[in-house]
Amino acid sequence: MELSEHIRTANVEDVTLRRPFHPALRGTLCVTSHHLLFSDRKDEDSWQLLILLRNIDATEKSVENLFGYPRAVGSSGTITIKCKDLLVLQLEIPGMEECLNIASSIEALSALESVTEMYPFFYRPSHLTLHGPWGLSSTEKYYKQTERLWDRWRVSTVNSDYSVCPSYPHAVIVPREVDDEKLVQSARFRQGGRFPVLSYCHHRNGMVIMRSSQPLTGANRKRCKEDELLLQAVIDGSLLGYIIDLRSTQQAQQARMTGGGFESKSCYSHWKRIHRHHERGKVLQESLIKLVEACSDPSHSVDRWLSKLENSKWLSHVHSALSTAGLVVECVERDGHSVLVHGSEGTDSTLLVSSLAQLILDPASRTLTGFLGLLERDWIQAGHPFQQRCAHSAYSHARLKQECPSFLLLLDCVWQVWRQFPLALEFSEALLLRLAQEVYASNYGTFLCNNEQERCAAGVKENTHCLFQSLLSPDIEEQYLNPLYEPTDLAIWPSVHPQSLQLWTGLFLRWTEYAQNMEEAREEVWSIVKEHRERAGPDRTNNTPSTHCDTLTPFENLMDELTIL
Amino acid sequence: MEHIRTPKVEQVKLLDRFNNKSVTGTLHLTATHLIFVESNSASAQEIWILHHHIASVEKLSLTTSGCPLLIQCRNFRVVHFVIPRERDCHDIYSSLLRLLRPVSYDELYAFSYNPKQNDQQREEGWQLIDLAAEFERMGVPCDQWQMTDVNREYKVCKTYPRDLYVPITASKPIIVGSSKFRSKGRFPVLTYFYQEKKAAVCRCSQPLSGFSARCLEDEHMLQAISKANHNSRYIYVMDTRPKLNALANRAAGKGYENEDNYSNIRFQFVGIENIHVMRGSLQKLLEVVGTRSLSMPDYLVGLENSGWLRHIKAIMDAAIFLAKAVTVEGASVLVHCSDGWDRTAQVCALGSLLMDPNYRTIKGFMVLIEKDWISFGHKFADRCDQLYTEPKEVSPIFTQFLECVWQLTEQFPQAFEFSEWFLIQIHEHIHSCQFGNFLGNSQRQREDLQLKERTYSLWAHLLSEKQLYLNPLYSPSFAESHPVLEPSTQAYHFKYK
Repeated sequence: MELSEHIRTANVEDVTLRRPFHPALRGTLCVTSHHLLFSDRKDEDSWQLLILLRNIDATEKSVENLFGYPRAVGSSGTITIKCKDLLVLQLEIPGMEECLNIASSIEALSALESVTEMYPFFYRPSHLTLHGPWGLSSTEKYYKQTERLWDRWRVSTVNSDYSVCPSYPHAVIVPREVDDEKLVQSARFRQGGRFPVLSYCHHRNGMVIMRSSQPLTGANRKRCKEDELLLQAVIDGSLLGYIIDLRSTQQAQQARMTGGGFESKSCYSHWKRIHRHHERGKVLQESLIKLVEACSDPSHSVDRWLSKLENSKWLSHVHSALSTAGLVVECVERDGHSVLVHGSEGTDSTLLVSSLAQLILDPASRTLTGFLGLLERDWIQAGHPFQQRCAHSAYSHARLKQECPSFLLLLDCVWQVWRQFPLALEFSEALLLRLAQEVYASNYGTFLCNNEQERCAAGVKENTHCLFQSLLSPDIEEQYLNPLYEPTDLAIWPSVHPQSLQLWTGLFLRWTEYAQNMEEAREEVWSIVKEHRERAGPDRTNNTPSTHCDTLTPFENLMDELTIL
Repeated sequence: MEHIRTPKVEQVKLLDRFNNKSVTGTLHLTATHLIFVESNSASAQEIWILHHHIASVEKLSLTTSGCPLLIQCRNFRVVHFVIPRERDCHDIYSSLLRLLRPVSYDELYAFSYNPKQNDQQREEGWQLIDLAAEFERMGVPCDQWQMTDVNREYKVCKTYPRDLYVPITASKPIIVGSSKFRSKGRFPVLTYFYQEKKAAVCRCSQPLSGFSARCLEDEHMLQAISKANHNSRYIYVMDTRPKLNALANRAAGKGYENEDNYSNIRFQFVGIENIHVMRGSLQKLLEVVGTRSLSMPDYLVGLENSGWLRHIKAIMDAAIFLAKAVTVEGASVLVHCSDGWDRTAQVCALGSLLMDPNYRTIKGFMVLIEKDWISFGHKFADRCDQLYTEPKEVSPIFTQFLECVWQLTEQFPQAFEFSEWFLIQIHEHIHSCQFGNFLGNSQRQREDLQLKERTYSLWAHLLSEKQLYLNPLYSPSFAESHPVLEPSTQAYHFKYK
């Protein structure tokens, strides 16, 4: 079926648009294959609102005069549009039929299943060409940049046809002494074929963070020699490595009943296993739904608000993600051991923890390019199933399938780090907000599909534009930079006491008056910094790296906050 | 000095509050401070704790490494020392117990503190804030309002300042009559004048109405306030207490205005809790934020149970109501609570801050505190426990005001000339007793203590290091475009820090 066939009414005049904190507007509404367009049709200064249909999470329609009243009054309907970026709009549409038509078009077109019908395949802005470079980082690039790896590690292309692990990229980094045949065996022993691969090599001591899925030991404690050899080769001579299992001990035990399991002490004698429980899937999605619901009801009293916030458990998830990432960092940086992170599938909390740990450890991943590269390697190429996880956001009434806000949780955690270390990250909150929006609905192809194999099949690289490349283009880059950035080489240990974690108001209270003041304040920060730089002259650019992170231990951070009370 | 038994103890451990780390150093006890100096480290940290800042000292049970001493400060710092020898610990403990409870004003730090200034500099410091000039800035005296000398000798009201502003039509007998009908003689007087609409903010204490008593002079007084404003036919009377509390007061011969007896008043309860509730709330809050390794849910539940943010919201809501009545309706407002020196001060000061950009500057904020808190007799000595007082009188009323201001600075990052750091400094000094400003309970008492001759002014000190307290984002043009701030009091806009 052609997309246009979904559109029964393309154009309606005299529609009233209501947005939070703006006066109501009258104008024309158009529905196209991918957009909802509202224009106030003024000759000069015409104002337009363009919403990607993909961005619409839920529509609620209420039609007046359905029963009873005579038609003479003129029937009309209201559609409430709730977007995935948490904006809520209301459209008052004259004519009951038009209203219902529009609503059904929106519903059909916002839930397209086929990737190639989605807007990124049609987005053709004049200033971009399809033949430009795609993406920023890859396994090979990372290997090339990281000299420490060359000696003991190699790039394997055993997965070049995606047959060993469908959700892995074509190339992965593994220990040099393990050949491809062993990798194939190890992959058979891991859920979804996700055998242990390198995610990060620490620049200070060469210790590594590996990630994988759970081993398929099953009820009768199967073993896999190759998998054991692979992990042995990772620690190579050093006495100890840590396995951070993102499930509770009990959950890991139970997993054996369904064919999964964990690395037992007897078979992996040099690895010490630590269990940390992380919620996944549906529980996380429901937590997000509850949080957004609490944030969109202004009538709560303070007590009710706090108990709703508590009840959503969202901050508890932020808390556990940051704590476990801190644990990984402690193993790598403080104790000098390598770490393997996995949960069950190894596509959600595994990626969350390993990428957060890198942000804390690695100054290179705190730059704008470095951070986007990290997302590309550790989320997109590592096979986080974006299409399944981000099909719906917090407003949707649809029955939950595979939705899970893992990536949003990552962004929230990064925001918490940024708030505690306002100078240490090169990018700004605006970037995190933009990513939170793009991951659910985008003009770009970057977050399409579930893994590299699917992207290749759909021709994503050939037929869509790359978000990350466009974020780095000189004219837009600046709005995503942190004016206060001063690089530091040290690990930035965030405080994970509940007292130091906050609600990410920038995202969850984005569409409130208050956000306006914050926006103005941010602009002011920029202009002060620019003025300051001009006065200081060009030689200031290479300033000595500050030591603020060294002295700002979480404890002092916390004391600062306590004194405010 | 005679209270100090052991001036110096070596090898004392300072424990980290949230980790298991500790540092070793030397503890010194002086006449004014407890000082901890970290030993043998390049960046040896020093901690200076004023005796006046110490709220409590606790000797915990003996451990293998020594005798632990837990000190809680009024600026919410908590330090945990471990002293190797039990005897030293006991000496420090008993000296501190004596030192942190001064029995007479003369023992306070302000009377010994000398910043090396001569008399002239000190006097100039005290003259920096001039309340008469402030009323002049508001446009008072004018054709409707005048200064009265009825309280020149503190005869009508002991806790008010000497200079008071009342409506022109309020004669001396009316004032005196009204003051007899008000708790502690605190009759209605002007505290802020909104020139644009000629609307006044007045303050007083509760009327002694009991179940049926009336006072014609008091009724005249309110009539006079109403008449002084031609823009509005009525005045608001805001009773900032919960209705239940006001009703209970009637049994004690006090109470609230009966709308039938006063013409043209609109009476309103606001529902801010009393000092005892606030004290308990702060205590609960501090327990929650001071607990180690809490879980996220426990923390949020604890925060909720403390009720602290609920109280902050109640104060904000009252101030917003006041500001709206004055700026939008152009009506005059009379604010009172029981004695008119706690909740009334909070609401009047915060309301004025919302209405007048001048109070959002550094100097203006000092004027505001001087006017609504210091001169109108907020009992700093009792509320901040400066001398040994009834524990029941202690309450974080002023702290709450500062937090409300902080909440505003968070919502309007460009509206304030001063930063968070400025608010923290003021908070330090209401307890430090290092400067004379906040000593005592009323203007009269301050004059008796001869504070201006014997101590220094905090405002001069803060202004001399103004650079430290500037908010880099402050924009005077924001003040022009937003003369009246309209903060959101939706629950989710209250930050918990």
